[in-house]
Amino acid sequence: MSAGTATAARVLLQLRRDPRTVALLLLVPCVLIVLLKYLFVDRPEVFDRIGAPLLGLFPFIAMFVVTSITMLRERTTGTLERLMTLPLSRLDLLGGYGAAFGLAAAVQATLVSAVAFFLLDLDVAGPAWLIVVLAILNAVLGSTLGLFLSAFARTEFQAVQFMPAFVLPQLLLCGLFVPVDQMARPLELLAYALPLTYAYDALQRVATETSYDWRLALDVAVLVGATALAIVLGAATLRRRTP
Amino acid sequence: MPGDHAVEVDRLHVVRGGRDALDRITLGVRGGTVTGLLGPSGSGKSTLMRAIVGTQVVVSGSVTVLGEPAGTAGLRRRIAYTTQSPAVYDDLTVRENVRYFARVVGAPNARVDETIELVGLGEEAGRVVGRLSGGQHARVSLATALVGRPELLVLDEPTVGLDPVLRRDLWGTFARLAAEGATLLVSSHVMDEAEHCDDLLLLRGGRLLAQGTTGEIRERAGAADLDEAFLRLVTEAARR
Repeated sequence: MSAGTATAARVLLQLRRDPRTVALLLLVPCVLIVLLKYLFVDRPEVFDRIGAPLLGLFPFIAMFVVTSITMLRERTTGTLERLMTLPLSRLDLLGGYGAAFGLAAAVQATLVSAVAFFLLDLDVAGPAWLIVVLAILNAVLGSTLGLFLSAFARTEFQAVQFMPAFVLPQLLLCGLFVPVDQMARPLELLAYALPLTYAYDALQRVATETSYDWRLALDVAVLVGATALAIVLGAATLRRRTP
Repeated sequence: MPGDHAVEVDRLHVVRGGRDALDRITLGVRGGTVTGLLGPSGSGKSTLMRAIVGTQVVVSGSVTVLGEPAGTAGLRRRIAYTTQSPAVYDDLTVRENVRYFARVVGAPNARVDETIELVGLGEEAGRVVGRLSGGQHARVSLATALVGRPELLVLDEPTVGLDPVLRRDLWGTFARLAAEGATLLVSSHVMDEAEHCDDLLLLRGGRLLAQGTTGEIRERAGAADLDEAFLRLVTEAARR
C-alpha cells in the first residue's frame, strides 16, 4: 500500500472513530434541506430554484471546516513534524486527505441528494447525477481550501472562525442572493474572483437548463483549477524544516 | 575516527526564538552504539535532534547522517524519530497507529504486532491511544519509530514518566537494537540514565560540555557519579 493510500485509510479510520462527527456530517445537510422544503412549502418553484444549488454547496462548507480542523490538529500535536521526517511526499499527504474527505463528501452528497430528490420531490431540469457530481467537486475544493488555510490558524478557535471569514462572503457573493450581473461593479468583479461563484453558476444551470454549452464546462474547469491551486498552495505551507 | 560515525555535527549553529539554541557545536555519534544526549531542559537537546532528523532550520554548520547531509530524501527510510511529547494519533488504537507508520515506511505487516510486543503493549494493542496512560502513550510513539527497523533512531526523552521496571526493559531493548547494528541517540534530562549508554554527550546552554564514554567522562571530572561529574564540568566550563 502506498503512503498516500495509507494516509487516506488512516484519515477515514479516524473519522470512523468519531461517530458523532459522521452523524453530524451526514444528517445536518439532510435536516437543512428538509427545513428549506417546508420553508417554501407553498412555493415549490422557489424550493426547486434554490434547493439544488444549496444541495451542492453544503458539502463545500462541511468539508472545509472538517479538513481545516483535522489538518490543524496534525500540525499542533506534532504528528505533522514526524510525518515530515518519513518517506511521505507532501502530495501523498495532501492527496491522502483529499481522497479521504472526497469519499466522505461523496457519501454525504449522495445521501442528501437522495433525500431531496426522492423524499422531498426536488425537481431539476438537468440530470440529478450531475448535481451529485458537482457537489462532490465542491466538497473536494472545500477540503483542499481547508487544508491550505489551516496553515494560518494556530488554534481550533481560529480555524472555526475561518468558516465565516472565508466561506460566508463567498456564499453571499456567489449569485444565490443577488445575480452576479446585477451586483455593483466592484462586487461583481470580486464575485468572479471567487470559486464558489462558478460552483453556484454550474449548479444553477443544471437545475434550470436541459442543454449545456461551454459555460458549464468553464465553471467545472474553474472549480478543478481552483482545487489544483489550493493543493499547490497547501503543499507550499507544509515545510520539512521549521525554525 | 570519522569513518565510524553514524552522525557527524560540525560547527552547528542554530538560532531559535532570537537566541543561540546551539552555539557552533561539533560532535560525533559512533555507529552501533547507544549514545545518551544528556543535559537540563532548555540545553538544546531537542534542537540538536531536530537538526539531525532534518526538521530544523539551521544558520550555519553541517550535519551528516549515515554519510548523507541531514534531511536528504534518501535518509527518510533509514532514520526514525520520536518527539518529546508523543506524536501519535490519539483517536486510533495502538495497532492502527503502528500499522499506519509501518505502511508509510514500507515495513511488512507482520512487523506490526512484533513491534507492539517489543515495547510491552501486547495487551493494549486494540485500545484507543487517547485512553492509555502517559507511559503507554510514549511507548506507542516508540513502537511507531521502531517498526521500520531504522539504522538510526533518534529518541527524544523516550523514558520520561515510565516506571523503573519498564525503563530498565526499554534500555535493554535499546542495547539489543544497538548490538544488532542500529545506532541510537537517546536524550534525557535525568543523569541516572547515563548508566545505560555506551557514549555520552553532555549539553548545557547550547554548548557541548563533554563527550566520551561514560567511564571517560567520570574519570575526566574525577567524580564517582555522573550528577557530580556534570556539576564539576559545568564549574570547569564557567572558569574557562
